[in-house]
This record gives sequence, C-alpha cells and structure tokens, in this order.
Amino acid sequence: MIREVFKQLWKDKFARVALFVLVIIYMLLFFADFIAPYTKDFSDRTMAYVPPSKIFTIDENGRFSKPYTYNYIREFDSNTLEIKYRFDRSKKHYIKFFAKGEPYKFLGLIPSSIHLFTTDKDGRIYLLGTDINGRDVFSRLLFGGRISMTIGFLALFVLFPIGLLYGGISGYFGGKVDMIMMRFAEAIMSIPSFYLLIILASILPSGMTSAQRFLLIVIILALIGWAGFARVVRGMVLSIKTQEYVQAAQSIGASKFRIITKHILPQTTSFVIVAMTLSVPSYILSESGLSFIGLGIQQPDASWGNMLKEAQEFTNIIYRPWLLTPGVLIFISVLAFNLIGDTIRDILDPQSKVR
Amino acid sequence: METLKYIIKRILQTIPLLIVVSIISFFIIRLSPVDPLAELKLNPSISPETVQKEKERLGLDKPIIVQYGKWAVSFVKGDLGVTSSGEKVSRKLQERIPYTLLLTSIVILLTWFVGVPLGIIAAVNWKTPFDRILTVLTSIGMAIPSFFFAVLLLMFAVKTGWFPVGGLTSPDFADMSFGRKFLDIAYHLVLPVTVLFTISLASLQRQMRANMLDVLDSDYVKFARAKGLSEFKVVYKHALRNAINPMITLLGFEFAGLLSGAALTEYVFNYPGLGTLILEAVMKSDINLVMASLMMGAVMLVTGNLIADILLILTDPRIRVKS
Repeated sequence: MIREVFKQLWKDKFARVALFVLVIIYMLLFFADFIAPYTKDFSDRTMAYVPPSKIFTIDENGRFSKPYTYNYIREFDSNTLEIKYRFDRSKKHYIKFFAKGEPYKFLGLIPSSIHLFTTDKDGRIYLLGTDINGRDVFSRLLFGGRISMTIGFLALFVLFPIGLLYGGISGYFGGKVDMIMMRFAEAIMSIPSFYLLIILASILPSGMTSAQRFLLIVIILALIGWAGFARVVRGMVLSIKTQEYVQAAQSIGASKFRIITKHILPQTTSFVIVAMTLSVPSYILSESGLSFIGLGIQQPDASWGNMLKEAQEFTNIIYRPWLLTPGVLIFISVLAFNLIGDTIRDILDPQSKVR
Repeated sequence: METLKYIIKRILQTIPLLIVVSIISFFIIRLSPVDPLAELKLNPSISPETVQKEKERLGLDKPIIVQYGKWAVSFVKGDLGVTSSGEKVSRKLQERIPYTLLLTSIVILLTWFVGVPLGIIAAVNWKTPFDRILTVLTSIGMAIPSFFFAVLLLMFAVKTGWFPVGGLTSPDFADMSFGRKFLDIAYHLVLPVTVLFTISLASLQRQMRANMLDVLDSDYVKFARAKGLSEFKVVYKHALRNAINPMITLLGFEFAGLLSGAALTEYVFNYPGLGTLILEAVMKSDINLVMASLMMGAVMLVTGNLIADILLILTDPRIRVKS
C-alpha cells in the first residue's frame, strides 16, 4: 500500500516538488557538520551582527578570479552614532572547497575537519551574516534545523501509540470506562493548547542538559496532541468493533488486549498515516513558537524558533534582515509537509475534495 | 420546548467538564517545584499579613486535595487571589479578557464574511484556474507561522510608519473624544487582525469548499438541477444550507485555535490580551495568575464550543430529532 501511495504522490506535480524540497532540506541537515563552514558554537565576538559576506568572482582589475571574499571591519561612526561595517580590502580571502577548517565530529561520532567550503584561517565567510554573539547564521540554521525538523516526528512517535491505545480501549470497552476516559480527553482538549504548552514548558526545571530538555519538550508536545487523536480513534473503533470478524475473534476466546491491538487498531492504519503527515507541520510550528518565546530549546543550542527570538527587536528586523531566515525555512518546510499531507489524504480517501 | 431542554442539558454538561479541567490544571501547576508565594514574599511592598492571608487561602500547609478544594471554593466565589505584584487577579483578568475577545471575534467575523463566499466560489468553479490559485494561496496562508508573519508585519510597520508598532492605544488615548478613541483602537487592531485573519481564513475556506463540493454532489442537488432550476437557486437556495451546517461545528474549533494562535500574535504586537497576560505570568511564575488565566482560557473555549453547539441545534433540525 505504501508503494502505491508513493507512486501516486509522484504523479502529483506539487507533491513531487514538495518531496524534492524536503529531501534536500533533510540531506542538508544530515550533512550539516560537513556543509556548515563553522561549528554550532563557533563565535567571533568581534564579528557581531556582521552582514552576509559578499563573494567576488571578478577582481579589482576586471578579470575573472577564483571566488574570494573580504572580511568586515566594524566601525563606530561618532557623528551619526551608528555602527558601520566596511570591507577590509587589504587582504583577499580565497574560498577553498573540501578544505580543512574547524574540527568537528560528524553526527557526533566521526572526527573530521573537512568542510564543503571554508576560507583561510583569519578569513571569515558568513553566507547569511552573524548573530549577536558573532556566530554564523548559516551554520546555525543547519544545526538548528536538525532539532526543529525532527522534534515533530519524535513527538508523533510518542503520541500515536498513546492515542491509539487510549482510543482503542475507550471505544472497545464502551459504557462507563468509555465515558470516564472520554471526559478526561475532552477536558485536556478544553484547555487552549498553547496555554497548556507554555505552562508545561515553564515547569521544566532549569538545570537540565540540552538532551534532557529536548526529550522533555518532545514529551510535552506529545501531551498536547494525544487527546484529539484518541477521540477520533475511539469513534472508528466503535464502528469497527461491531464487525463480524471481531465477534469471531471474541468467540474463539482471544483476550481483549489482543483483539484491540491485533484486530481492531490495524484497521485504522490509513487514517493514522494521514493524521501523521497532516500533523507534522503543526508540531514544527509548536516547537518554533515555544522556542521563540524562550521556553523551548535554549541557547547555546540552536533551533529555528530560538534563532528567530532575536528578530523580536525592532533594530534587528530593520537593519539585520538576515536574522529572519529561520522563519523562511519554517515556512518552506511546513508548506512542503502540508502539500504532501493533502495529496496523501486525497489518495487514501478519494471522496475528500479538500484540495 | 424540546430544543430548550436539549440546550439546558448541553449547558449542564459543561460543568463536570470544567471541574475536570480545573483538577488537571491545578495538578499540573502544583507539579512545578516553585513556591507559589516566593515572588510575593520577595516583594517588599507587600505586607507579611497579605502573604499570610494568601497562605491560609491556598491552604499551603495542608495536603494537596484540601488545597484543591480551597482553591475551587474561592474560585467559584470569584476570589482569585493576588498577583506577585499585589494586584487582584480578578481585576487583571477583567482588564485583559475583553481585549482578547475583541480580537478573536473580529477575526472570526471577518473570516466568515470572506472565507465562506470564497469557499462557495471555489467549489462552484471547481478545478478552474481560479480555484487552483485559491488553493495555492490558502496553502501559503496555512504554512506561515503566526509569530513570523507578525514579525514581518511589524517590520513593515516600522519601515513605512503607516501602522503603530504594537499596543492597543496611542499614548494620548485618555484625552481623546469617543470617536477618536474608537478609531485609535481600530487603527491598532489592523495588524494583529491581519495576522490571525490570514491564518484562519485558509482552513475555513478549504472546509467550506469541501462541504460545498460534497453537497453539490448529492442526489437532491442533482434533482434540483434536473428539475431545471437556475444554477443560482441550486447553489444558494438548496446546496448552501446544508453545506453551512458543518461549518458551525467548526466555529468552536476555530475559536479554540484562535485563542492559541492569538497568544503568540498578542505577544509579538505587545497587545494587552489574555495571551500576553498568561505569558508574562508564566515567565514570572506567578502561580495565582497562571492558574486563573488557564481556567479562563478553558472557560472561554468551552463557552465557544457551547455556542457553536446551540447554533447548530437551532439551524439543523436533524440534530433536534436525534436527541
């Protein structure tokens, strides 16, 4: 069935483009250590808020040259009270490909120092400028993307088993069990989800390692979404459980747990796939919103949301528009996920005409 | 009469729901290791008597069940305690909730006035270029993060100077005449409304389009067409009524989504609503305020769903019969 879905997905123009975009994004993120010219924490305090480096391919004599760039010099203009950046034209820094740069561990395992592109030792190349601490925005985008683009998936993998089992039990047992379980789920749904999200995030203790914090945020995201999902599953189980094959399983004495997990829940697969693809983007958005207000992923770790935190200041959004790039990436990836989700829904449910 | 009975039953159902909500939120907040009165104790302008009174009111020296009971009783009585800066929580909520309601109701009205007709037009012109363009536009509207869009609009406001950068009123608001006050608020509302409108319009338009397509495909519409009715009558007299019913259920969900979406937008625009309030409260770990605004958020959401359900009973006779 999965193969059939992929075939049809490929036929749809929009979905194909969206798939391409997502594959490219995930490849970039996977090879982030190698592609990024700097490590996540590399910072040059003298280079705070530097605009994107200009890359020259024609030298001052009008001849083609190997690509090179100039460093920026930061100057304080005492007349206008502004900080200005100008090129340090005294030295050209040639861009080197597949050359040695900052040492890193690929995926945290394999030590290496080869980067896709870098420049000589005292040169700096900032494709998308730097942030307040003089860290390369381009490199941090890649490392931050690793968090932003996986956290939603992880949350889904926590949330779906819970929702399935909860909805399955509630629907199968029916009666009082069903009533109590559903009232509880409805109560969770009655709290505006973003309010619940920030409250759960705010009670996290502060002295955690970044890995612990990441995991807890995954769990919090999962806690927000399971109730709505469980309710839909319960509705489906209510209609599935009256079918003959379920009665057959009951009559040969299969245990209730076995009937729920082996016979009933597998029937909901296509719904689960649709629901999963449709909800990935909302988790990406939730995480970035949470990090944006400072309750999600914390510095020095990067995520697209917490990188955008700097865009909250007026001076930043006006004079340093490159700090907005994480928002563009969130937009592109959410759009791609939405397009794919819509197409998958159409394929699995030909009656729906939402697109 | 039957309808009234059903409505009353539906209203009564919300009470146990709210009780469960309050239990859940109470325990979540008490999970936090923060001393609920820490901020209050540190504030030099607050007398030790007030702190002592709060302590007794919350029953902090008693088991957690008793604490919940005490909290619930005083909540029902309308006594929500004081914030960490010593103000009354209820006063604070009274200030903020109307602003959030104002924002969300404007957005809901606007999305309905624009989204429903757009949905109908898209469905009638199914698979034409117009429909395709609308689909692409709504995809974009659904993908843009609310806070990022808000930041972009702020950037626009700062650069052009056409719109105020956040807040709800100008500094000289107090001296304005009534008409000027109204205009001033409207002027400040433009940007936040634009953000929320763009985001919620997309899903509403799609839903309306899908409903309309379903209904246009049904037998009775085919019959109406076969009978030789004009296309206008078929669409607006026969199909529309049935296509709009599911939208009313959606109204409740929309309200819920808006409350959440509004929080971030309010935050970016520095809009004095419930969302900003709860964010500030969370940052300062002001337990009384967090608890109260969480409850108020839930009450608003439940009420929104309730209104949607009642509207549905009034418009859809099938539901009345079933119950």
